[in-house]
Amino acid sequence: ARIFMRSRILLQSTKHQRSLTTQLDKSDMNSADGKNPRFPGATAPFTSTPHVTYAENATPIPIYRVMDPDGVMEDKSQDPKLGQETIQKMFRDMVLLNTMDKILYESQRQGRISFYMTNFGEEASHIGSAAALTPTDLVYGQYREAGVLVWRGFTISEFIDQCYGNVDDEGKGRQMPVHYGSKKLNFVTISSPLATQIPQAAGAAYALKLKEGNDRCVIVYFGEGAASEGDCHAAFNFAATLDAPVIFFCRNNGFAISTPSSEQYRGDGIAGRAAGYGMAAIRVDGTDVLAVYNATKVAREYVMKTNKPIILEAMSYRIGHHSTSDDSSAYRSPEDLEVWNTVEHPINKLKNFMRSKGWWNEEDENAFVKSIRKQVLSQISLSEKKPKPDWREMFHDVYYDLPVHLQEQLKQMEEHVEKYKEHYPLKDFKH
Amino acid sequence: MLSRTLNSSGRLLGLLAAPSRSSSHFVYSPDTKCPEVAGSRTKMNMFTAINNALDLAMDKDATALLFGEDVAFGGVFRCSMGLQKKYGRERVFNTPLCEQGIAGFAIGAANVGATAIAELQFADYMFPAFDQIVNEAAKNRYRSGNLFSCGSLTVRAPCGAVGHGALYHSQSPEAYFAHTPGLKIVVPRGPIKAKGLLLASIADPDPCIVLEPKTLYRASVEEVPDAYFESPIGKADVLRTGGDITLVGWGTQIHVLTEVAEMAKKQLGVNCEVIDLVSILPWDKETVCNSVKKTGRALIAHEAPLTCGFGAELAAAIQEECFLHLEAPIQRVTGWDTPFPHVFEPFYLPDKFRCLDAIRKSIDY
Repeated sequence: ARIFMRSRILLQSTKHQRSLTTQLDKSDMNSADGKNPRFPGATAPFTSTPHVTYAENATPIPIYRVMDPDGVMEDKSQDPKLGQETIQKMFRDMVLLNTMDKILYESQRQGRISFYMTNFGEEASHIGSAAALTPTDLVYGQYREAGVLVWRGFTISEFIDQCYGNVDDEGKGRQMPVHYGSKKLNFVTISSPLATQIPQAAGAAYALKLKEGNDRCVIVYFGEGAASEGDCHAAFNFAATLDAPVIFFCRNNGFAISTPSSEQYRGDGIAGRAAGYGMAAIRVDGTDVLAVYNATKVAREYVMKTNKPIILEAMSYRIGHHSTSDDSSAYRSPEDLEVWNTVEHPINKLKNFMRSKGWWNEEDENAFVKSIRKQVLSQISLSEKKPKPDWREMFHDVYYDLPVHLQEQLKQMEEHVEKYKEHYPLKDFKH
Repeated sequence: MLSRTLNSSGRLLGLLAAPSRSSSHFVYSPDTKCPEVAGSRTKMNMFTAINNALDLAMDKDATALLFGEDVAFGGVFRCSMGLQKKYGRERVFNTPLCEQGIAGFAIGAANVGATAIAELQFADYMFPAFDQIVNEAAKNRYRSGNLFSCGSLTVRAPCGAVGHGALYHSQSPEAYFAHTPGLKIVVPRGPIKAKGLLLASIADPDPCIVLEPKTLYRASVEEVPDAYFESPIGKADVLRTGGDITLVGWGTQIHVLTEVAEMAKKQLGVNCEVIDLVSILPWDKETVCNSVKKTGRALIAHEAPLTCGFGAELAAAIQEECFLHLEAPIQRVTGWDTPFPHVFEPFYLPDKFRCLDAIRKSIDY
């Protein structure tokens, strides 16, 4: 009765309030009819049955490919028509990466460098995507994207100097091997904590968007395992709600160290999450360099035109061990590997395509591999002989300037090293 | 997180605004060490001084971005009032409710040269962003050999006791971050210092954390210079000179120590030297140790728990530098090694009586 009384009073109040009340009453009736839900949190109709959305009923996002394993294009309209020179650069860069990986992997086994991670099976993801970007687009990576640097012109000496942490490493020998970075090539320095770079890429894309006449997008690479981190969720949601022109490039290679993707998630991979964030998505065959190229091109156009993010999921298989600290035979069989190492191998597929065009010959490839082997091996012996940076570099770049307490600690260590120099490997360091 | 929403936007603000703060454990002393800044001054409390600093920073630097949870409508503590209207939705904006996202997003924006001013709603909720702050922001310049940095990043977070904030609206997490090379950490004691330190942090080429004692947002009022000015990071302030014992603290605790110094003078005839450390990292060892060499005694007080609190670092350094000058063991008066409690707050805090008792112990040693 009291509620009734109050609504009577409302109805007797000013004209404005009266019309408002009438409106409310009307939509109340509509709501009751199941037509116009007013919840701020979603735009959706009412339903009169308990509607369960089952995961099994969702349609998986298809895998876009241009070539079959024999290098044959199923749909000629999808030919990116890159021309012989570009295709040959793609091929050579993939072979370079593959060859360098084999030798550096071996040199770690021989104890010459402390650690290494190969890129076997994922070469096409790197090269195809890098080729579709402009050189000024900013790259954030995880650690298995060395091919992007190869495409952009990072030299064999730069790779190997970083792995040795010698005086020519721009990172000054502070990080583990394969933690590359290049200011001039717009490749943000790699760090070990997984997925931290993903929200950073969203922030960078947002800030770039606000620059007048911006023509740069941001691409961020990460594995399907890293996509389970909270930072990945943060990044997807921030980029979507704040309209950041970023390409989330997920390398789904089936394994996070020993954990198969079946133990990583239950949904439709990583691309399948996009809809939940209100984001666009595209899934591509990551062993098909032309498909990766086309998909990245489409993704780049989309983010630059709309200032919105997109998830690009490249499906592949991690052929190598996770790292030199891992033996993958402990959790998978050699038979599994065989198919990915042959018919489904990205370099084989592009080779088949080139063969059909008459752009490949065996002698050229053998000569190229031989020359790369030679360059890598001679660079290893060069990089090995170079001194490490001045050990005092340990104290610099913690801050922009050297604060008083670090000046004191540096001085302490200088005095200590002077006193006990025979116990430190000083001859290996620049002085 | 539900309680946070309720607390921050409603109850907590309401209580902060309430005049009946008789149970407050400190008496606010306005700043007498005001920097010499030319021009007019305006009466401001700490949140209006911070708002004024943010306004000046946004005006000075077109790349400056201000973001966090609920900053668009002015912030749950009113620090960003009116700024979205003035600088637009692209520069002053709400983010999704996700601290690791805020910190990561801020690092990326700073990587490409934008000035990123990120707000974390309570220092208690900095821990989800701990990885981004400690592993990423702090190490950005070092690990890249100075190819990249996020030096134009500043994180602001309200910290400290507020009378009834319990476990998750009271924490003082400075010691966690003080163990991280690459960060700078400052804590203001009032409006003038808050403005100067915030502007210095925003301009500083390293990632900075500004911990703002939330109980001072409204409780402190000073005549703040209207012009742009910076208070130096890494420099302590000697607020009161005395020859018998050195009292060191920061944030709200400064006001406890100022009152304690007066009590010690009256009740014990002891002359205290009061130092506001201001900057936790890097900290001003020279000023603190010069004082202790003169007085021969030291008391360090902070709200955070005792074990591995920043007082431990100060005590160790004082002991090392001033060994021959010390007349008594260094006293540490701090929060207990418990979570920060609700109804027991008056028994938890290092209040003036506990501090005075520690002075007595030091003098009588």
